[in-house]
Amino acid sequence: MIATDGKTEQIIADFPILARPTSRGKRLVYLDSAATSQKPRAVIQALVDYYEQYNANIHRGVYEIAARATAEFERARVKLARFIGADAREVVWVRNTTEAINLVAYSWGNAHVRAGDAILLTELEHHSDLVPWQLLAERTGAQLRFIPTDDSGRYVLDDLDALLDGCKLVACAHVSNTLGTILPLETVVPRAHAAGAVVLVDGAQGAPHLPVDVKAIDADFYTFSGHKMLGPTGIGVLYGKHTLLEAMPPFFSGGDMIRKVEYAHTTFSDPPRRFEAGTSNNADAIAFGVAVDYLHEVGMPWVREHERRLTAYALERLAGFEARGLAIYGPRDPATISGVISFNLADVHAHDLASILDTEGICVRAGHHCTMPLMEKMGWAATARASFYIYNTEADIDALCDGLEKAARVFGI
Amino acid sequence: MDDFYRDYILDHYRNPRNFGHLEKSDAQAEDLNPLCGDQIRIELALDDGVVRDVRFSGKGCAISQASASMLTERVKGMKLADVAKLSKDAVLEDVGIGISPTRMKCAMLGLRVLRSAAIGELAGWPDEE
Repeated sequence: MIATDGKTEQIIADFPILARPTSRGKRLVYLDSAATSQKPRAVIQALVDYYEQYNANIHRGVYEIAARATAEFERARVKLARFIGADAREVVWVRNTTEAINLVAYSWGNAHVRAGDAILLTELEHHSDLVPWQLLAERTGAQLRFIPTDDSGRYVLDDLDALLDGCKLVACAHVSNTLGTILPLETVVPRAHAAGAVVLVDGAQGAPHLPVDVKAIDADFYTFSGHKMLGPTGIGVLYGKHTLLEAMPPFFSGGDMIRKVEYAHTTFSDPPRRFEAGTSNNADAIAFGVAVDYLHEVGMPWVREHERRLTAYALERLAGFEARGLAIYGPRDPATISGVISFNLADVHAHDLASILDTEGICVRAGHHCTMPLMEKMGWAATARASFYIYNTEADIDALCDGLEKAARVFGI
Repeated sequence: MDDFYRDYILDHYRNPRNFGHLEKSDAQAEDLNPLCGDQIRIELALDDGVVRDVRFSGKGCAISQASASMLTERVKGMKLADVAKLSKDAVLEDVGIGISPTRMKCAMLGLRVLRSAAIGELAGWPDEE
């Protein structure tokens, strides 16, 4: 086992769930952060504090606790904006990445995409960055195109300019949730812009794991979810360039997003509130702010380096099972992937593998990872997926390998 | 779950019984578990309302494939009306030990498909049947 730098041990102590053994008395080995991350005590406490100390509706009440709730809610927006290098008025609160993408598909998409236009995605998209565009294409008569990947899940950008020809929008995952592949945004975004396309980056697996500066990336939209980056469920962010947001019609409508309402007509608020109809997810937004405080303190460059090191160690250890039929999918270079590894052990179905690992307290995801077209293209029925975050250590990967030994024993491999 | 993967389960997984397709089937159905991708198709050949032959095909985990394989052994010679009424308990009896709630859907996929084939066929029969 490799010695860690001591920082991880301090981090682990901040996550109460990691100290709770499973019902079989096993240490919890959580390797499913690409699905959702665990939460540090500070985030959980922020939720409790909100409900115990200053629960009130925001943007309307004149009394003390309402003023405090409003201030904390808007302060969280500023924190999120700073975390990704944006301006606070460019940060729209949504429920999650899926809602953010749907907001853009309906509000921006309906207004700008016409019959004959092209929408460029990649073959690695999560269903949430594919289905909304399929529906937009059906509504408008636009055409979907895909940046292809090779057999190991690396992007093939040779025909990028041809694919971009006639493109109104590029929507692509910053990091693949199935294979961890990092999209070279520095190549794709400038060329998309040169071709006249608007770029939406699905940052659900990007913002939690990589330092993100939306201005440096020059993304027009960047979307991500709180629960994958130490925050609560039910809160996420749509970042949009102010000029774009300002010209967009509302998605949902109702209270809290209006300037003036008459019986027959309504004038809407400026962004971001134009897109935040109804009572917001106040407590979760505030706790999301605390989550990015935590990540900022840990340091996103450290997060990336920690995961790169773990991924390299995991790839090295898993390679030891290849002689017994372990297949590792996706690029094998830790510099080009985030902390995600998909694999299968011989003829053991991924669900059976995950069930056996579960008996040892090891949590991995098994299935198609909401990327059914990719699985179909690659010919994989299902894969097991281990994903890493700041609280994982080499000991977790050793536990995974012990679990694989057990599965091999049970299945007589 | 530790001892779910008993030898006979793994045997049915790796050597599924009645696997493949019938040349001519009288009733058939297929379904999948969208969350995990398990797929099962079942084809029945009938003789005077009795299951004369059966085949299943599909892909998925050991639990879904083994329980479907065991079901095909159970239904040969059964009246279609009884097949339509087969219960969860029959499957649990076949697999022999407890299944965790998260894997129950896998274990029951074959039963769901089989019943849907039987019920679909029965619905097409004239009332006096």
